[in-house]
Amino acid sequence: MRIETFLQTLVFGLFTGGIYGVAAMGLALVFGVLKMLNIAHGELVMLGGYVSFWVFSAFGIDPFASLVIVIPALFIVGLALDRTVYRHIVRLLGEEKIKNSMLVSFGLTLVLQNLAQWLFTADERSIQVAYAGDGFNIYGVLLPYTRLATLGIALAAILALNYFLHKTYPGKAILATAEDFESAELAGINIHRVYMMTFALGASLAAIAGTFVTVTYGLSPSIGIIWTLKALIVIVLAGTGSILGAFPAGILLGVVEALSGTFIDPSYHEVVGLVIFILVLIVRPQGLFTRK
Amino acid sequence: MTLSKTTSRFLSIAGMILFIVFAFYYPRYVDKQNVWNLFFLICLQITIGQSWNILGGFAGQTSLGHAAFFGIGALVTRTLWLDGQPFAIAFALGGLVAVTFGMLIGAPTFRLRGAYFAIGTLGVAEVLRITVSQKIPYISTMSGALIASYDLSARYHLALGLAIVTTGVAYLLLRSPWSLGIQAVREDEEAAQATGVHVLRHKLLALALSSFFTGLAGGVFAYQQISYYPSAPFSPIWTFDALLITFIGGQGTLIGPVIGAIFFVYVRDKLSVNLVDIHQVIFGVLFILIVLVFPGGLVEAWERLKKSLLNTKYTKVAKD
Repeated sequence: MRIETFLQTLVFGLFTGGIYGVAAMGLALVFGVLKMLNIAHGELVMLGGYVSFWVFSAFGIDPFASLVIVIPALFIVGLALDRTVYRHIVRLLGEEKIKNSMLVSFGLTLVLQNLAQWLFTADERSIQVAYAGDGFNIYGVLLPYTRLATLGIALAAILALNYFLHKTYPGKAILATAEDFESAELAGINIHRVYMMTFALGASLAAIAGTFVTVTYGLSPSIGIIWTLKALIVIVLAGTGSILGAFPAGILLGVVEALSGTFIDPSYHEVVGLVIFILVLIVRPQGLFTRK
Repeated sequence: MTLSKTTSRFLSIAGMILFIVFAFYYPRYVDKQNVWNLFFLICLQITIGQSWNILGGFAGQTSLGHAAFFGIGALVTRTLWLDGQPFAIAFALGGLVAVTFGMLIGAPTFRLRGAYFAIGTLGVAEVLRITVSQKIPYISTMSGALIASYDLSARYHLALGLAIVTTGVAYLLLRSPWSLGIQAVREDEEAAQATGVHVLRHKLLALALSSFFTGLAGGVFAYQQISYYPSAPFSPIWTFDALLITFIGGQGTLIGPVIGAIFFVYVRDKLSVNLVDIHQVIFGVLFILIVLVFPGGLVEAWERLKKSLLNTKYTKVAKD
């Protein structure tokens, strides 16, 4: 095996993992705070991708710059979904809440996917920026600018989220609600506003992931469920309570997938994640990145 | 006036027999392609819905990947059958392989509470769909000899038989001593455990029955379709159909999936002609509304209606 092949695979795994990480952080945030599992998270990734695609094709705005539009757009979509649908589930307790959130969001998956197909057709789309093929070449290992930009923005997003959650008042309110919603409410936190904001924030993270997907892969109305699945595997890997732990777990999944795809058989690419999921449940069900 | 228990049981058995006789003779009497197809689909969906109901409604374990079992059943049956094996063997093996996959995913995930089982089933279904579409990307078509001797009524009778057997097994399960354990697991896992119910065993039993019959339904699909992409039965739409049917009818009830399947297949048949693009959106919204507003489905609606009618009658009598 040539060392360049190995390094190149590793680097691309890292890039892909960064996207998984961002997508999974959004899902983990919603799961950790609202205690709901949003199966339609991948559909938010897909919608984010479409916003970025249309902004690019209508106004020619660079996809990375278009994040300024895409993020607020999906923040609003998140608010709307929370107000219309998820608000009714957040009131329930325990198992009932998780179960109903899964059922409802599974139904929502179908609604959003078919709406997207109706509005945008089933054609596969992608954004080709002028500098798509360019990049650094370090000892035969290619580092495309687009991929570097996705990883850079992903890192910036996790740092910003970290700062927001731990250093600002609304962030601390979110963490307090995640910890114990009753105490948080008693302490004067408006937990329903926290839930709404958290869901919208999760949708915004999905929007970032969606933009990356559109730039690096392709976009079609049916990609949602795959991204939900990746994000789910990542949060099981990280441990279901861990929000920021989702990022390193995403990187790990990306790298393992890339390596096994190159060195075992590319057509079993998807199986790897599932095998990891089951192994983690058997060996370490609390996840890899939790202290408990 | 309330009916005595024996009378009401006699009536429901008589109703069921009438229903089966109708289902057996009506398509034969009309003998039109679209009627055969509609009745076939209803029976197939009853099986899938009832299977989901055994696991999700009786035992309370939400599966988001029943398409996996359906797809496996279809894949195994189709491959063996077109390979020249007797259909009966291929059909049974399809069900058994589906159970094997069910156990593989159920054993590690059922030990944990919460969403793990749902994530696991969703994962298996999607991974199989993608892997099958990459490994077997070409259409599977019946051979010319099979097409020449193709008889839709045989397919329909197999589907009808399977729907009856699945519903019968669900009925027997409800009347067996296992049903108490299974329902206890649904209502409160910890309390069930504390009273000595072996939680994992009961969950696995429900999963085994559920995945077996879904796998067989996949086999029926493989037997009926002249040509299809092998990845098509793995599509998440099959899982969604099972969920929608169970919830329209009434989850956790025996008759729910039957009513749900008849309603769903009939309405979809009408909607998909007029609203090709957005009929799935309508069903998605309907499903969300049922889960949020009316989780008991049509069976509960009927019970409530009956109760309110009886109540008004009683109050009238009291006033007189």
